[in-house]
Amino acid sequence: MTPGFDPAYLSSTTNSFIAFARATAPEVLPFGESGAQLPAPQVPEGTTIVSFKTATGVLMAGDRRATIGNVIASHTIEKVHAADSTSVIGIAGTAGLALELIRLFQLELEHYEKIEGTPLSLVGKANRLASMLRANLGLAMQGLAVVPLFAGVEPGADHGRIFSFDVTGGKYEEVNFHSIGSGSGFARGALKKLWSPDLDSPAAIRVAVEALIDAADDDSATGGPDFMRQVAPVVHLVDAAGTRQVPQSEVLDIATAVVATRAEGERA
Amino acid sequence: MSQPFYVSPEQLMKDRAEFARKGIARGRSVVVLRYDEGIVLIAENPSSTLHKIAEIYDRIGFAAVGKYNEFETLRQAGVRYADLRGYSYDRADVTARGLTNAYAQTLAGVFTTESKPFEVEIVVAELGVTAAGDRLYRLSYDGSVADENEHVAIGGQADAISTQLSGVHTADRPLPAVFALGVRALSPADGAPIPVTSIEAAVLDRTTGSHRTFRRLDDTAMAELLALAAGTDAQPGTDAQPGSTQPPAEDAQ
Repeated sequence: MTPGFDPAYLSSTTNSFIAFARATAPEVLPFGESGAQLPAPQVPEGTTIVSFKTATGVLMAGDRRATIGNVIASHTIEKVHAADSTSVIGIAGTAGLALELIRLFQLELEHYEKIEGTPLSLVGKANRLASMLRANLGLAMQGLAVVPLFAGVEPGADHGRIFSFDVTGGKYEEVNFHSIGSGSGFARGALKKLWSPDLDSPAAIRVAVEALIDAADDDSATGGPDFMRQVAPVVHLVDAAGTRQVPQSEVLDIATAVVATRAEGERA
Repeated sequence: MSQPFYVSPEQLMKDRAEFARKGIARGRSVVVLRYDEGIVLIAENPSSTLHKIAEIYDRIGFAAVGKYNEFETLRQAGVRYADLRGYSYDRADVTARGLTNAYAQTLAGVFTTESKPFEVEIVVAELGVTAAGDRLYRLSYDGSVADENEHVAIGGQADAISTQLSGVHTADRPLPAVFALGVRALSPADGAPIPVTSIEAAVLDRTTGSHRTFRRLDDTAMAELLALAAGTDAQPGTDAQPGSTQPPAEDAQ
């Protein structure tokens, strides 16, 4: 073989990184064989993610805890990431696979954008994510499931869109808000009372923090704001200007205010 | 009874080089220049969708002249190479040197073994964390590589542009001045400068907060840069050499 690019690099016509990697270097991809019928090992799991529409776009936030059974595996894991400059992704479930899936999804979007010279549409991105989940179904059936939440603002649009998924790759567009993970029930209960369609950024961050504190209050696998370590939930905002991660100090300040209000009224 | 007639390897290579050089000379030029906070890539290109300049990776830019389908194939191969390497190891492990080697080997392989060489010239530009880490590699149709210092030109008028820019230092000057210098170098020596609508430009920007440093400049941004450059006094270095000297006909391989 002549050195230089392998012929597949020059002749491939796909714009998908995954399709290309599967053909040329399948060992780098996380989707393994579902393999022997072994019980799933005890691995870290990530928990609660919330997302809702704001006045100008969409917000997504996640707590910072990962657990293995009843042990806390991480106090500082980040489960919400910018997928690209106009969308965000958060994942609950098996942490190792979830983080790898996020990395692969980010690369898939970037690769498409570079090859084609233009980014995928928002729905196109959601569909790509759905097909990645289908590829992971074998592992999901073994108990290593990952469930993402995807949200973003289509360039030129003035409102956000939220998509939830199941382990088989089913894709569902949510109307106003959604939450996933073990604390999602409590968080969604909070969102039902606190969410309104015209939340500006500070108000939206506060609603997200309230919902996550509710989830952390009643779900042992969800972590609340950690004042001892100065670790706050990860909050991402998306609007027409792009994605932005809210600084930790800002989230901690809002969390401090929320906790103070609750202590004051003895509402806890 | 037919007997294949003998062509000396020397003649064969010469013919191929001639063929490739003719193809490249028909195309418009591209110039890549370092400035104080990054690298600017400028091409004369009336099309706004068929790009000559592109992003390969976080800190690696690509510029090409010649046959579109050929350099587009090479560009896509570069994106695949960089993305696969970055995913297998880490984003920091993707370097322009590795990519340039792969391009050089591929171009050399095609030049000697295929029925027709690639009619392309390529610049691979890498943005360093500091200015000292900036790299500009120029690749020819036969796989030869040159490591350039502050600026590099490819395409039909490459020699004229290089002559015009020789001795001009750009690496410590701001973007507007360097951009104006690049546009001036691409424009005909005795004519009006190329309008921004016929220019394709992008920067690798060291000051961006994101891991992706490549950014295209739209027509408005380019016009603003030119206005800024015109606003500050005419740079003494730019018009020292009006670029009237004709380059020698030979082209070192």
